[in-house]
Amino acid sequence: MQIYGGIKMNKIYLDHAATTPVDPEVAKTVNKYMKDYYGNPSSIYQTAQIANNKLTESRKTIADFINANDYREIIFTSGGTESDNLAIKGTALALKDKGNHIITTKIEHHAVLHTCEYLEKHHGFNVTYLDVDENGFVKIDDLKNTITDDTILVSIMAANNEIGTIQPIKELGNLLKDKDILFHTDAVQAFGQLEIDVQDLNVDLLSASAHKIYGPKGVGMLYLKKGTKLVPQNNGGAQERNRRGGTENVPGIMGFKKAVELIQDNRKSLVKHNKLLRDKIIKGIESNIEKVTFNGPRGDQRLSNNVNFCFEYIEGESILLNLDMLGIAASSGSACTSGSLEPSHVLLAIGHEKSTAHGSLRLTVGKDNTEKDIDFLLDKLPGIIQRIRDMSPLYNKKSN
Amino acid sequence: MYSKQVMDHFQNPRNVGELENPDTVGEVGNQSCGDIIQLYLKINNNIIEDIKFKTFGCGAAVATSSLLTELVKGKEIEEALKISNKDIAEKLGGLPKNKMHCSNLAADALQDAIKKFRENN
Repeated sequence: MQIYGGIKMNKIYLDHAATTPVDPEVAKTVNKYMKDYYGNPSSIYQTAQIANNKLTESRKTIADFINANDYREIIFTSGGTESDNLAIKGTALALKDKGNHIITTKIEHHAVLHTCEYLEKHHGFNVTYLDVDENGFVKIDDLKNTITDDTILVSIMAANNEIGTIQPIKELGNLLKDKDILFHTDAVQAFGQLEIDVQDLNVDLLSASAHKIYGPKGVGMLYLKKGTKLVPQNNGGAQERNRRGGTENVPGIMGFKKAVELIQDNRKSLVKHNKLLRDKIIKGIESNIEKVTFNGPRGDQRLSNNVNFCFEYIEGESILLNLDMLGIAASSGSACTSGSLEPSHVLLAIGHEKSTAHGSLRLTVGKDNTEKDIDFLLDKLPGIIQRIRDMSPLYNKKSN
Repeated sequence: MYSKQVMDHFQNPRNVGELENPDTVGEVGNQSCGDIIQLYLKINNNIIEDIKFKTFGCGAAVATSSLLTELVKGKEIEEALKISNKDIAEKLGGLPKNKMHCSNLAADALQDAIKKFRENN
Protein backbone atom coordinates (compact mmCIF):
# COMPACT_ATOMS: atom_id res chain seq x y z
CA MET A 1 0.00 0.00 0.00
CA GLN A 2 1.14 3.50 -0.74
CA ILE A 3 0.19 6.24 1.65
CA TYR A 4 -0.92 9.61 0.30
CA GLY A 5 -1.80 12.24 2.87
CA GLY A 6 -2.56 9.56 5.42
CA ILE A 7 -4.95 7.68 3.14
CA LYS A 8 -4.08 4.18 2.04
CA MET A 9 -4.21 4.04 -1.73
CA ASN A 10 -4.58 0.96 -3.88
CA LYS A 11 -1.48 0.13 -5.79
CA ILE A 12 -3.29 -1.46 -8.68
CA TYR A 13 -6.35 0.47 -9.73
CA LEU A 14 -8.70 -1.59 -11.88
CA ASP A 15 -11.92 0.37 -11.51
CA HIS A 16 -11.66 2.98 -14.26
CA ALA A 17 -15.34 2.62 -15.13
CA ALA A 18 -16.15 3.97 -11.65
CA THR A 19 -13.76 6.88 -11.97
CA THR A 20 -10.27 7.62 -13.25
CA PRO A 21 -7.26 9.16 -11.53
CA VAL A 22 -6.98 12.83 -12.47
CA ASP A 23 -4.20 13.41 -14.98
CA PRO A 24 -1.48 15.62 -13.43
CA GLU A 25 -1.84 18.09 -16.32
CA VAL A 26 -5.55 18.32 -15.62
CA ALA A 27 -4.93 18.85 -11.91
CA LYS A 28 -2.50 21.66 -12.80
CA THR A 29 -5.11 23.29 -15.01
CA VAL A 30 -7.86 23.02 -12.40
CA ASN A 31 -5.56 24.52 -9.80
CA LYS A 32 -4.63 27.39 -12.07
CA TYR A 33 -8.23 28.28 -12.84
CA MET A 34 -9.21 27.96 -9.23
CA LYS A 35 -6.54 30.45 -8.17
CA ASP A 36 -6.31 32.89 -11.03
CA TYR A 37 -9.73 32.91 -12.69
CA TYR A 38 -12.07 33.28 -9.76
CA GLY A 39 -14.34 35.83 -11.41
CA ASN A 40 -17.99 34.92 -11.80
CA PRO A 41 -18.47 34.48 -15.57
CA SER A 42 -21.81 36.30 -15.36
CA SER A 43 -20.27 39.52 -14.04
CA ILE A 44 -19.18 42.38 -16.28
CA TYR A 45 -15.68 43.30 -15.09
CA GLN A 46 -12.62 42.03 -16.85
CA THR A 47 -11.63 39.19 -14.48
CA ALA A 48 -15.12 37.78 -14.89
CA GLN A 49 -15.21 38.21 -18.63
CA ILE A 50 -11.90 36.42 -19.01
CA ALA A 51 -13.41 33.48 -17.13
CA ASN A 52 -16.45 33.67 -19.39
CA ASN A 53 -14.26 33.58 -22.50
CA LYS A 54 -12.46 30.56 -21.10
CA LEU A 55 -15.78 28.74 -20.78
CA THR A 56 -16.41 29.38 -24.47
CA GLU A 57 -13.00 27.94 -25.30
CA SER A 58 -13.81 24.75 -23.38
CA ARG A 59 -17.23 24.56 -25.04
CA LYS A 60 -15.57 24.82 -28.46
CA THR A 61 -13.00 22.12 -27.68
CA ILE A 62 -15.70 19.71 -26.51
CA ALA A 63 -18.03 20.59 -29.41
CA ASP A 64 -15.22 19.85 -31.87
CA PHE A 65 -14.42 16.59 -30.10
CA ILE A 66 -17.93 15.24 -30.74
CA ASN A 67 -18.33 17.09 -34.06
CA ALA A 68 -21.21 19.25 -32.86
CA ASN A 69 -22.28 21.93 -35.32
CA ASP A 70 -22.15 24.75 -32.85
CA TYR A 71 -20.37 25.21 -29.50
CA ARG A 72 -23.61 26.56 -28.03
CA GLU A 73 -24.98 23.04 -28.24
CA ILE A 74 -22.82 22.11 -25.22
CA ILE A 75 -24.41 22.60 -21.78
CA PHE A 76 -22.07 22.19 -18.83
CA THR A 77 -23.48 20.26 -15.88
CA SER A 78 -22.28 18.73 -12.63
CA GLY A 79 -21.68 15.34 -14.26
CA GLY A 80 -23.22 12.38 -16.06
CA THR A 81 -26.12 11.92 -13.67
CA GLU A 82 -27.23 15.53 -14.01
CA SER A 83 -26.81 15.39 -17.78
CA ASP A 84 -29.07 12.32 -17.96
CA ASN A 85 -31.63 13.94 -15.67
CA LEU A 86 -31.64 17.16 -17.66
CA ALA A 87 -31.83 15.36 -21.00
CA ILE A 88 -34.72 13.09 -20.07
CA LYS A 89 -36.78 15.25 -17.75
CA GLY A 90 -36.02 18.39 -19.74
CA THR A 91 -37.19 17.04 -23.10
CA ALA A 92 -40.04 14.88 -21.77
CA LEU A 93 -41.58 17.82 -19.95
CA ALA A 94 -41.08 20.09 -22.97
CA LEU A 95 -42.91 17.59 -25.20
CA LYS A 96 -45.56 16.33 -22.81
CA ASP A 97 -48.40 17.81 -24.87
CA LYS A 98 -47.16 15.96 -27.92
CA GLY A 99 -46.94 12.48 -26.39
CA ASN A 100 -46.22 10.64 -23.19
CA HIS A 101 -44.26 7.58 -24.29
CA ILE A 102 -40.53 7.12 -23.64
CA ILE A 103 -38.43 4.14 -24.71
CA THR A 104 -35.26 3.06 -22.95
CA THR A 105 -33.55 -0.25 -22.09
CA LYS A 106 -33.32 -2.51 -19.07
CA ILE A 107 -29.55 -2.08 -18.82
CA GLU A 108 -29.26 1.70 -18.56
CA HIS A 109 -27.39 3.34 -15.71
CA HIS A 110 -29.63 4.21 -12.76
CA ALA A 111 -29.26 7.88 -13.70
CA VAL A 112 -31.48 7.06 -16.69
CA LEU A 113 -33.64 4.30 -15.18
CA HIS A 114 -34.53 6.17 -12.01
CA THR A 115 -35.20 9.34 -13.98
CA CYS A 116 -37.63 7.42 -16.21
CA GLU A 117 -39.28 5.88 -13.14
CA TYR A 118 -39.64 9.37 -11.69
CA LEU A 119 -41.41 10.54 -14.85
CA GLU A 120 -43.76 7.54 -14.70
CA LYS A 121 -44.56 8.07 -11.05
CA HIS A 122 -44.84 11.83 -10.85
CA HIS A 123 -45.72 12.98 -14.37
CA GLY A 124 -47.79 10.14 -15.83
CA PHE A 125 -45.39 9.15 -18.62
CA ASN A 126 -45.39 5.61 -20.03
CA VAL A 127 -41.95 4.08 -20.29
CA THR A 128 -40.99 0.95 -22.23
CA TYR A 129 -37.84 -0.77 -20.98
CA LEU A 130 -36.45 -2.77 -23.90
CA ASP A 131 -34.98 -6.22 -23.34
CA VAL A 132 -31.44 -6.93 -24.47
CA ASP A 133 -29.89 -10.14 -25.78
CA GLU A 134 -27.41 -12.32 -23.87
CA ASN A 135 -24.56 -9.95 -24.73
CA GLY A 136 -26.49 -6.84 -23.80
CA PHE A 137 -27.44 -5.66 -27.29
CA VAL A 138 -30.71 -3.91 -28.05
CA LYS A 139 -32.47 -5.38 -31.06
CA ILE A 140 -33.29 -2.75 -33.64
CA ASP A 141 -36.57 -4.48 -34.50
CA ASP A 142 -37.62 -4.33 -30.85
CA LEU A 143 -37.16 -0.59 -30.91
CA LYS A 144 -39.01 -0.34 -34.23
CA ASN A 145 -41.95 -2.37 -32.91
CA THR A 146 -42.21 -0.41 -29.68
CA ILE A 147 -42.54 3.02 -31.24
CA THR A 148 -46.06 4.45 -31.11
CA ASP A 149 -47.61 7.76 -32.17
CA ASP A 150 -47.13 8.85 -28.57
CA THR A 151 -43.37 8.19 -28.48
CA ILE A 152 -41.45 11.41 -27.88
CA LEU A 153 -38.06 10.24 -26.65
CA VAL A 154 -35.71 7.27 -26.91
CA SER A 155 -32.78 7.00 -24.48
CA ILE A 156 -30.23 4.24 -25.10
CA MET A 157 -26.73 4.19 -23.67
CA ALA A 158 -23.77 4.23 -26.07
CA ALA A 159 -21.82 1.67 -24.02
CA ASN A 160 -22.70 -0.23 -20.88
CA ASN A 161 -20.82 0.55 -17.67
CA GLU A 162 -20.95 -3.00 -16.29
CA ILE A 163 -20.44 -5.35 -19.22
CA GLY A 164 -18.98 -3.01 -21.84
CA THR A 165 -21.53 -3.64 -24.60
CA ILE A 166 -21.28 -1.00 -27.34
CA GLN A 167 -24.74 -0.38 -28.78
CA PRO A 168 -25.31 0.21 -32.50
CA ILE A 169 -26.15 3.86 -31.83
CA LYS A 170 -25.74 4.90 -35.46
CA GLU A 171 -28.23 2.29 -36.68
CA LEU A 172 -30.66 3.18 -33.92
CA GLY A 173 -30.19 6.85 -34.79
CA ASN A 174 -30.87 6.16 -38.45
CA LEU A 175 -34.11 4.43 -37.56
CA LEU A 176 -35.23 7.44 -35.53
CA LYS A 177 -33.87 10.11 -37.87
CA ASP A 178 -36.95 10.54 -40.04
CA LYS A 179 -39.37 10.15 -37.18
CA ASP A 180 -40.35 12.99 -34.95
CA ILE A 181 -38.74 11.36 -31.90
CA LEU A 182 -35.79 12.67 -29.90
CA PHE A 183 -32.81 10.37 -29.40
CA HIS A 184 -30.67 10.67 -26.28
CA THR A 185 -27.61 8.57 -25.58
CA ASP A 186 -25.82 8.25 -22.26
CA ALA A 187 -22.22 8.22 -23.49
CA VAL A 188 -20.58 8.51 -20.08
CA GLN A 189 -18.59 5.29 -20.58
CA ALA A 190 -18.13 5.62 -24.34
CA PHE A 191 -16.86 9.20 -24.25
CA GLY A 192 -13.11 9.22 -24.77
CA GLN A 193 -13.00 5.55 -25.73
CA LEU A 194 -15.08 5.54 -28.93
CA GLU A 195 -14.98 8.05 -31.71
CA ILE A 196 -18.10 10.12 -31.22
CA ASP A 197 -19.64 12.16 -34.02
CA VAL A 198 -23.07 13.37 -32.96
CA GLN A 199 -24.04 14.25 -36.54
CA ASP A 200 -23.04 10.87 -37.91
CA LEU A 201 -24.77 9.08 -35.01
CA ASN A 202 -27.96 11.12 -35.47
CA VAL A 203 -28.39 11.78 -31.78
CA ASP A 204 -30.20 14.85 -30.44
CA LEU A 205 -28.81 14.63 -26.94
CA LEU A 206 -25.65 13.07 -25.51
CA SER A 207 -24.41 12.91 -21.90
CA ALA A 208 -20.75 12.77 -20.88
CA SER A 209 -18.69 13.21 -17.74
CA ALA A 210 -15.17 14.50 -17.13
CA HIS A 211 -14.07 12.14 -14.35
CA LYS A 212 -14.27 9.06 -16.57
CA ILE A 213 -11.56 10.50 -18.83
CA TYR A 214 -8.94 11.50 -16.24
CA GLY A 215 -10.73 14.79 -15.60
CA PRO A 216 -12.12 16.26 -12.38
CA LYS A 217 -15.26 15.06 -10.61
CA GLY A 218 -18.31 17.31 -10.47
CA VAL A 219 -18.34 18.35 -14.11
CA GLY A 220 -19.99 16.94 -17.19
CA MET A 221 -21.86 18.06 -20.24
CA LEU A 222 -25.01 17.56 -22.23
CA TYR A 223 -24.96 17.95 -25.99
CA LEU A 224 -28.30 19.40 -27.04
CA LYS A 225 -28.88 19.68 -30.77
CA LYS A 226 -29.85 23.18 -31.85
CA GLY A 227 -33.61 23.65 -31.91
CA THR A 228 -34.34 20.90 -29.38
CA LYS A 229 -36.82 22.06 -26.78
CA LEU A 230 -35.78 21.64 -23.16
CA VAL A 231 -37.33 22.63 -19.84
CA PRO A 232 -34.46 23.61 -17.52
CA GLN A 233 -34.21 21.53 -14.36
CA ASN A 234 -32.03 23.96 -12.42
CA ASN A 235 -33.87 27.23 -12.03
CA GLY A 236 -32.34 30.39 -10.73
CA GLY A 237 -30.01 31.88 -13.30
CA ALA A 238 -29.56 32.58 -16.99
CA GLN A 239 -26.35 30.55 -17.24
CA GLU A 240 -25.83 28.07 -20.06
CA ARG A 241 -28.21 30.10 -22.24
CA ASN A 242 -31.08 29.70 -19.80
CA ARG A 243 -30.82 25.95 -19.87
CA ARG A 244 -29.01 25.35 -16.58
CA GLY A 245 -29.02 27.90 -13.77
CA GLY A 246 -26.09 28.14 -11.36
CA THR A 247 -22.64 29.70 -11.42
CA GLU A 248 -20.42 27.70 -13.74
CA ASN A 249 -17.73 25.45 -12.29
CA VAL A 250 -14.93 27.27 -14.13
CA PRO A 251 -11.96 25.22 -12.80
CA GLY A 252 -13.83 21.97 -13.43
CA ILE A 253 -14.89 22.98 -16.92
CA MET A 254 -11.31 23.98 -17.79
CA GLY A 255 -10.07 20.68 -16.35
CA PHE A 256 -12.64 18.94 -18.54
CA LYS A 257 -11.25 20.81 -21.55
CA LYS A 258 -7.73 19.71 -20.69
CA ALA A 259 -8.82 16.09 -20.23
CA VAL A 260 -10.54 16.14 -23.65
CA GLU A 261 -7.43 17.60 -25.28
CA LEU A 262 -5.26 14.86 -23.78
CA ILE A 263 -7.69 12.14 -24.89
CA GLN A 264 -7.89 13.68 -28.35
CA ASP A 265 -4.14 13.32 -28.70
CA ASN A 266 -3.89 9.86 -27.19
CA ARG A 267 -7.20 8.09 -27.75
CA LYS A 268 -6.02 5.55 -30.30
CA SER A 269 -2.95 4.48 -28.35
CA LEU A 270 -4.96 4.39 -25.11
CA VAL A 271 -7.58 2.11 -26.68
CA LYS A 272 -4.83 -0.16 -27.99
CA HIS A 273 -3.15 -0.27 -24.57
CA ASN A 274 -6.45 -0.98 -22.80
CA LYS A 275 -7.40 -3.75 -25.23
CA LEU A 276 -4.09 -5.50 -24.72
CA LEU A 277 -4.56 -5.54 -20.94
CA ARG A 278 -8.27 -6.36 -21.20
CA ASP A 279 -7.66 -9.39 -23.38
CA LYS A 280 -4.78 -10.53 -21.19
CA ILE A 281 -7.09 -10.54 -18.16
CA ILE A 282 -9.85 -12.38 -20.04
CA LYS A 283 -7.49 -15.03 -21.32
CA GLY A 284 -5.81 -15.42 -17.92
CA ILE A 285 -9.08 -15.89 -16.04
CA GLU A 286 -10.62 -18.24 -18.59
CA SER A 287 -7.58 -20.49 -18.71
CA ASN A 288 -6.87 -20.60 -14.97
CA ILE A 289 -10.22 -20.57 -13.18
CA GLU A 290 -13.04 -23.03 -13.73
CA LYS A 291 -16.78 -22.42 -13.53
CA VAL A 292 -16.70 -18.82 -14.73
CA THR A 293 -18.99 -17.00 -17.14
CA PHE A 294 -17.70 -14.17 -19.24
CA ASN A 295 -20.28 -11.38 -19.42
CA GLY A 296 -20.86 -9.20 -22.45
CA PRO A 297 -19.56 -9.30 -26.02
CA ARG A 298 -15.99 -9.89 -27.12
CA GLY A 299 -13.68 -7.96 -29.43
CA ASP A 300 -14.55 -4.62 -30.95
CA GLN A 301 -18.17 -4.70 -29.80
CA ARG A 302 -16.90 -4.34 -26.25
CA LEU A 303 -15.42 -1.28 -24.51
CA SER A 304 -11.65 -1.50 -24.69
CA ASN A 305 -11.21 -1.27 -20.92
CA ASN A 306 -13.91 -3.59 -19.58
CA VAL A 307 -13.73 -7.14 -18.18
CA ASN A 308 -16.68 -8.75 -16.41
CA PHE A 309 -16.95 -12.32 -15.10
CA CYS A 310 -19.30 -14.27 -12.87
CA PHE A 311 -17.67 -16.83 -10.59
CA GLU A 312 -19.99 -19.65 -9.56
CA TYR A 313 -20.67 -20.55 -5.91
CA ILE A 314 -19.33 -17.31 -4.43
CA GLU A 315 -20.35 -13.75 -3.69
CA GLY A 316 -18.70 -10.72 -5.27
CA GLU A 317 -17.98 -8.58 -2.25
CA SER A 318 -15.72 -11.23 -0.73
CA ILE A 319 -13.69 -11.19 -3.94
CA LEU A 320 -13.39 -7.39 -3.72
CA LEU A 321 -12.30 -7.48 -0.07
CA ASN A 322 -9.64 -10.08 -0.81
CA LEU A 323 -8.35 -8.11 -3.80
CA ASP A 324 -8.35 -4.92 -1.73
CA MET A 325 -6.14 -6.56 0.88
CA LEU A 326 -3.60 -7.05 -1.89
CA GLY A 327 -3.97 -3.46 -3.05
CA ILE A 328 -6.15 -4.21 -6.07
CA ALA A 329 -9.24 -2.03 -6.56
CA ALA A 330 -12.15 -3.59 -8.46
CA SER A 331 -15.94 -3.64 -8.55
CA SER A 332 -18.85 -6.10 -8.43
CA GLY A 333 -22.53 -6.25 -9.28
CA SER A 334 -23.38 -8.24 -6.17
CA ALA A 335 -26.25 -7.15 -3.93
CA CYS A 336 -23.84 -6.51 -1.10
CA THR A 337 -22.07 -3.83 -3.07
CA SER A 338 -25.30 -2.17 -4.18
CA GLY A 339 -26.79 -1.72 -0.72
CA SER A 340 -29.90 -3.73 -1.62
CA LEU A 341 -30.75 -7.41 -1.82
CA GLU A 342 -30.89 -7.24 -5.59
CA PRO A 343 -27.84 -8.04 -7.67
CA SER A 344 -26.99 -6.07 -10.82
CA HIS A 345 -30.00 -5.32 -13.05
CA VAL A 346 -27.67 -5.56 -16.04
CA LEU A 347 -26.57 -9.13 -15.25
CA LEU A 348 -30.19 -10.13 -14.67
CA ALA A 349 -31.19 -8.53 -17.99
CA ILE A 350 -28.64 -10.60 -19.92
CA GLY A 351 -30.12 -13.77 -18.45
CA HIS A 352 -28.21 -14.53 -15.26
CA GLU A 353 -29.93 -16.11 -12.30
CA LYS A 354 -29.72 -13.99 -9.17
CA SER A 355 -27.44 -16.61 -7.62
CA THR A 356 -24.71 -16.29 -10.26
CA ALA A 357 -25.18 -12.53 -10.64
CA HIS A 358 -24.08 -12.17 -7.00
CA GLY A 359 -20.68 -13.58 -7.92
CA SER A 360 -19.65 -10.97 -10.45
CA LEU A 361 -16.36 -9.13 -10.74
CA ARG A 362 -15.75 -6.12 -12.96
CA LEU A 363 -12.20 -5.08 -13.78
CA THR A 364 -11.74 -1.92 -15.83
CA VAL A 365 -8.25 -0.97 -16.95
CA GLY A 366 -6.76 2.43 -17.72
CA LYS A 367 -3.78 4.33 -18.97
CA ASP A 368 -1.55 3.87 -15.94
CA ASN A 369 -1.99 0.09 -15.68
CA THR A 370 0.89 -2.08 -16.82
CA GLU A 371 1.23 -5.68 -17.92
CA LYS A 372 2.98 -6.26 -14.61
CA ASP A 373 -0.19 -5.16 -12.77
CA ILE A 374 -2.17 -7.71 -14.73
CA ASP A 375 0.40 -10.45 -14.08
CA PHE A 376 0.06 -9.76 -10.36
CA LEU A 377 -3.74 -9.88 -10.57
CA LEU A 378 -3.71 -13.12 -12.53
CA ASP A 379 -1.22 -14.64 -10.13
CA LYS A 380 -3.41 -13.89 -7.10
CA LEU A 381 -6.97 -14.24 -8.37
CA PRO A 382 -7.22 -18.06 -8.73
CA GLY A 383 -6.13 -18.53 -5.10
CA ILE A 384 -8.62 -15.94 -3.88
CA ILE A 385 -11.48 -17.55 -5.78
CA GLN A 386 -10.51 -20.99 -4.46
CA ARG A 387 -10.27 -19.74 -0.89
CA ILE A 388 -13.76 -18.22 -1.03
CA ARG A 389 -15.15 -21.31 -2.78
CA ASP A 390 -13.70 -23.51 -0.04
CA MET A 391 -15.73 -21.47 2.43
CA SER A 392 -18.93 -21.72 0.38
CA PRO A 393 -21.61 -24.31 1.18
CA LEU A 394 -22.64 -24.25 -2.49
CA TYR A 395 -19.25 -25.28 -3.80
CA ASN A 396 -19.09 -28.40 -1.66
CA LYS A 397 -22.60 -29.40 -2.56
CA LYS A 398 -21.67 -29.28 -6.23
CA SER A 399 -18.40 -31.13 -5.94
CA ASN A 400 -19.73 -33.95 -3.75
CA MET B 1 -16.47 0.34 5.54
CA TYR B 2 -15.83 -2.58 7.91
CA SER B 3 -14.34 -2.49 11.41
CA LYS B 4 -10.96 -4.04 12.23
CA GLN B 5 -12.70 -6.93 13.98
CA VAL B 6 -14.81 -7.74 10.90
CA MET B 7 -11.77 -7.66 8.65
CA ASP B 8 -9.86 -9.86 11.08
CA HIS B 9 -12.59 -12.51 11.05
CA PHE B 10 -12.93 -12.19 7.28
CA GLN B 11 -9.21 -12.63 6.73
CA ASN B 12 -8.74 -15.35 9.33
CA PRO B 13 -12.08 -17.06 9.71
CA ARG B 14 -12.31 -19.27 12.80
CA ASN B 15 -13.76 -22.77 12.54
CA VAL B 16 -14.39 -22.71 8.83
CA GLY B 17 -15.29 -26.01 7.14
CA GLU B 18 -17.54 -28.97 7.81
CA LEU B 19 -17.72 -31.60 10.57
CA GLU B 20 -17.89 -35.29 9.84
CA ASN B 21 -21.04 -36.84 11.28
CA PRO B 22 -22.39 -33.68 12.89
CA ASP B 23 -25.19 -34.02 15.43
CA THR B 24 -27.05 -31.23 13.72
CA VAL B 25 -26.74 -28.81 10.82
CA GLY B 26 -28.37 -25.38 10.71
CA GLU B 27 -28.90 -23.41 7.55
CA VAL B 28 -30.36 -19.99 6.75
CA GLY B 29 -30.51 -17.72 3.72
CA ASN B 30 -30.76 -18.54 0.06
CA GLN B 31 -28.72 -18.07 -3.04
CA SER B 32 -30.89 -15.44 -4.65
CA CYS B 33 -30.59 -12.98 -1.76
CA GLY B 34 -26.85 -13.51 -1.77
CA ASP B 35 -26.21 -15.12 1.62
CA ILE B 36 -26.25 -18.68 2.95
CA ILE B 37 -24.84 -19.74 6.31
CA GLN B 38 -24.44 -23.39 7.27
CA LEU B 39 -23.43 -24.48 10.77
CA TYR B 40 -22.25 -27.98 11.68
CA LEU B 41 -22.45 -28.88 15.38
CA LYS B 42 -21.23 -31.65 17.65
CA ILE B 43 -23.29 -31.71 20.83
CA ASN B 44 -22.50 -33.78 23.89
CA ASN B 45 -24.27 -33.60 27.27
CA ASN B 46 -26.01 -30.40 26.21
CA ILE B 47 -22.69 -28.78 25.39
CA ILE B 48 -21.61 -27.59 21.96
CA GLU B 49 -18.33 -29.48 21.76
CA ASP B 50 -17.42 -28.49 18.26
CA ILE B 51 -18.80 -26.20 15.59
CA LYS B 52 -17.82 -25.32 12.03
CA PHE B 53 -19.34 -23.05 9.39
CA LYS B 54 -19.60 -22.60 5.67
CA THR B 55 -20.81 -19.30 4.29
CA PHE B 56 -21.74 -17.98 0.87
CA GLY B 57 -21.88 -14.24 1.24
CA CYS B 58 -20.20 -10.93 1.82
CA GLY B 59 -17.62 -9.89 4.39
CA ALA B 60 -20.26 -9.28 7.07
CA ALA B 61 -21.79 -12.72 6.56
CA VAL B 62 -18.42 -14.45 6.85
CA ALA B 63 -17.33 -12.43 9.89
CA THR B 64 -20.58 -12.95 11.80
CA SER B 65 -20.45 -16.71 11.11
CA SER B 66 -16.86 -16.90 12.26
CA LEU B 67 -17.44 -14.93 15.46
CA LEU B 68 -20.55 -16.92 16.31
CA THR B 69 -18.66 -20.21 16.17
CA GLU B 70 -16.03 -18.74 18.48
CA LEU B 71 -18.65 -17.52 20.95
CA VAL B 72 -20.64 -20.74 21.24
CA LYS B 73 -17.91 -23.36 21.15
CA GLY B 74 -17.83 -25.11 24.53
CA LYS B 75 -21.02 -23.42 25.73
CA GLU B 76 -24.19 -25.06 26.98
CA ILE B 77 -27.02 -24.98 24.46
CA GLU B 78 -29.23 -22.70 26.57
CA GLU B 79 -26.41 -20.25 27.03
CA ALA B 80 -25.51 -20.31 23.34
CA LEU B 81 -29.10 -19.60 22.33
CA LYS B 82 -29.00 -16.36 24.30
CA ILE B 83 -26.53 -14.89 21.83
CA SER B 84 -28.39 -12.48 19.57
CA ASN B 85 -27.53 -10.98 16.21
CA LYS B 86 -27.17 -7.68 18.01
CA ASP B 87 -24.58 -9.13 20.40
CA ILE B 88 -22.58 -10.39 17.43
CA ALA B 89 -22.72 -7.04 15.67
CA GLU B 90 -21.57 -5.26 18.83
CA LYS B 91 -18.68 -7.67 19.39
CA LEU B 92 -17.58 -7.05 15.81
CA GLY B 93 -17.33 -3.32 16.52
CA GLY B 94 -20.56 -2.59 14.63
CA LEU B 95 -21.66 -3.40 11.11
CA PRO B 96 -22.59 -1.06 8.27
CA LYS B 97 -26.30 -0.22 8.17
CA ASN B 98 -26.81 -1.67 4.71
CA LYS B 99 -25.44 -4.99 5.98
CA MET B 100 -28.23 -5.67 8.44
CA HIS B 101 -29.64 -8.43 6.24
CA CYS B 102 -26.46 -10.46 5.93
CA SER B 103 -25.31 -9.83 9.48
CA ASN B 104 -28.58 -11.05 10.96
CA LEU B 105 -28.15 -14.58 9.74
CA ALA B 106 -25.54 -16.17 12.00
CA ALA B 107 -27.59 -16.36 15.22
CA ASP B 108 -30.59 -17.48 13.16
CA ALA B 109 -28.53 -20.35 11.77
CA LEU B 110 -27.67 -21.46 15.31
CA GLN B 111 -31.34 -21.34 16.33
CA ASP B 112 -32.13 -23.46 13.28
CA ALA B 113 -29.45 -26.02 14.17
CA ILE B 114 -30.62 -26.35 17.78
CA LYS B 115 -34.28 -26.60 16.74
CA LYS B 116 -33.43 -29.47 14.41
CA PHE B 117 -31.28 -31.10 17.10
CA ARG B 118 -34.17 -31.01 19.59
CA GLU B 119 -36.59 -32.38 17.04
CA ASN B 120 -34.35 -35.36 16.42
CA ASN B 121 -33.25 -36.11 19.97
